[in-house]
Amino acid sequence: MTSFSHPLLQLTRARLLEFVREPEALFWVFVFPVLMALGLGIAFRNRPAESLAVAVQDGYGAEALASSLDSFPNIRANVLDVEEARNQLRTGKVALVLIPGDSITYVFDPTRSESQLAKRIVDDAVQRSGGRADPVRVGEQYLTEPGSRYIDFLIPGLLGLNLMGSGMWGIGFNIVQARRKKLLKRLLATPMRKSQYLLSYVLSRFVFMVVEVAALVGFGWLVFDVRVHGSLVDLLIVSIVGALAFAGLGMLTASRAKTLEGVSGIMNLVMMPMWIFSGVFFSYSRFPEAFQPFIKLLPLTSLLDALRSIMTDGAPLSANFGQLLAIAAWGLLSFGIALKIFRWN
Amino acid sequence: MSNGKGAAVRCSGLKKSYGSVVAVDGLDLEVRTGECFGLLGPNGAGKTTTVEILEGLLEPDAGDLEVLGMRWGEDDRALRQRLGVQLQETELAEKLSVEETLELFRSFYQQGPTPEEVMRIVGLEEKRRAWVSKLSGGQQQRLAIACALVCKPELLFLDEPTTGLDPQSRRQLWDLVHDFKTKGGTVVLTTHYMEEAHRLCDRVAVVDHGRIIALGSPSELIAALGAEHVVEISVEKDDHAIDTWLREVTGVQDVRRERDGIFLTVSEVHRTIPALMSTLKDRNVELSNLTTHHATLEDVFVSLTGRHLRDD
Repeated sequence: MTSFSHPLLQLTRARLLEFVREPEALFWVFVFPVLMALGLGIAFRNRPAESLAVAVQDGYGAEALASSLDSFPNIRANVLDVEEARNQLRTGKVALVLIPGDSITYVFDPTRSESQLAKRIVDDAVQRSGGRADPVRVGEQYLTEPGSRYIDFLIPGLLGLNLMGSGMWGIGFNIVQARRKKLLKRLLATPMRKSQYLLSYVLSRFVFMVVEVAALVGFGWLVFDVRVHGSLVDLLIVSIVGALAFAGLGMLTASRAKTLEGVSGIMNLVMMPMWIFSGVFFSYSRFPEAFQPFIKLLPLTSLLDALRSIMTDGAPLSANFGQLLAIAAWGLLSFGIALKIFRWN
Repeated sequence: MSNGKGAAVRCSGLKKSYGSVVAVDGLDLEVRTGECFGLLGPNGAGKTTTVEILEGLLEPDAGDLEVLGMRWGEDDRALRQRLGVQLQETELAEKLSVEETLELFRSFYQQGPTPEEVMRIVGLEEKRRAWVSKLSGGQQQRLAIACALVCKPELLFLDEPTTGLDPQSRRQLWDLVHDFKTKGGTVVLTTHYMEEAHRLCDRVAVVDHGRIIALGSPSELIAALGAEHVVEISVEKDDHAIDTWLREVTGVQDVRRERDGIFLTVSEVHRTIPALMSTLKDRNVELSNLTTHHATLEDVFVSLTGRHLRDD
């Protein structure tokens, strides 16, 4: 045994080499999540509030009214003829039409919330330029801190999604491929321990998991200033438990399948509900109350809750003990079943 | 059957069915230590199923089996330490190199040569850094055998090791097996190439429908035909009535027809050919082709079953 390394080390090394020599796998695991974060981060970035577009119907005093409204920084007013003004109101290009005169008339659709808002802002401006004095002085303070933006919600979501995807696809595909090529059968003809073969997948997942987490968290931090408010060690521990859970699930889905098509079908079936319900892209609280117990059972839900609690809220690991237990239970249970029902031939 | 030297494999009454298909149907055999034993038969004869039962990869439905004096189910990992296995159609991991593949397989065994030595034995030293996917068919097959040799096996199983290989690669593999045997190793080999069985095997079991229908050394089996040569002729204006009077020709043991040819099994070519020529002339039958060859294991199989080993 002496000069030849341990079978578990050799098996894990083989896994790692096979993976890094697969450019597509590298793309899906490391590049794709970063591109997704970049795309969504740009699309849903926080923009300064747009100025309000309103129309002043052509007539006596229209020009004066429009220019006095225009002097407010958050209002853009244009003079339009009757027909065009109504037209733009109907199509939503302006939120409000003003008819000038001795008394000013506001024309708007009361069922549209932006028109209601426009009426208040414009009325405020009209009254003030008419000479109204505000009896109470007020100040404003703005809160757009990192932590409250969409990207802050999204990065932990993508992190969990990636841990799930790469665990399931990376392990499931490789195992089914080895079974299809009769490589599993060949290994069965050696004195190799079956548990070590399966364990080598879990170990190789841990190695890649660290890189995945570092890539996505690092990207979020550098490009969007998404901070980890809790401890990095806690984040890593949660990711390890998550990676274990999905490695187990990946193995379970691949334990019997004979074809790549077969295993893809099962994997999509397992992952699809989590894509939708577990709160990757939006909070699962949007789903009806009746769905919640089911949603909370899903391993990705627990993982995302724990990741967000550490990254965004800066909570300690102990606050996520329940979630960790649930994720680990998923992993151990599926690993155990996989080992029992695994098809080598 | 035992020669006292101890058997590497001994089995009796081996049976295995897949649903209603009987793959192995009460098979008995004994492989002696140090010999190369061949299972010769057409595709679907049950050779692979038999070998996989011997390798402990399949469980037989019935029968008694002993490999290297041990039984499957007792201490399988200890037994596997002593066996070298090459399976039909195994594809090794494409993106590992020759050397990495051998290092992986070597790590499963307690003793054996280094990957370095095995690469030299199978002649893949120059390909050590090449990925498995970049190897030719012959090189991949030599690597498969190298993986079987990393444990210094006492017993080597080869399941159709040369199927699909070009003649040169086939000969390289034969040399490998021959070397292994010379050093005292025991080999169990399946093949549907009669030439391979003839060249490599000390003894051959002809297998058909999951049973052994003949057993012996290649020359014994051929001798049992009672005729050592085959004369193949084709004639103009062929007519099946010819068969009757061909049987009457001096030295002809058997007449059979296939693929537009008439095959005569004969014991002495030099007596039969002149007699054949004069008979054909008397009957006014024009020859369009005549060839002769030594009887082979193929002829043995055809005479036993009426079918060919390969249906191509």
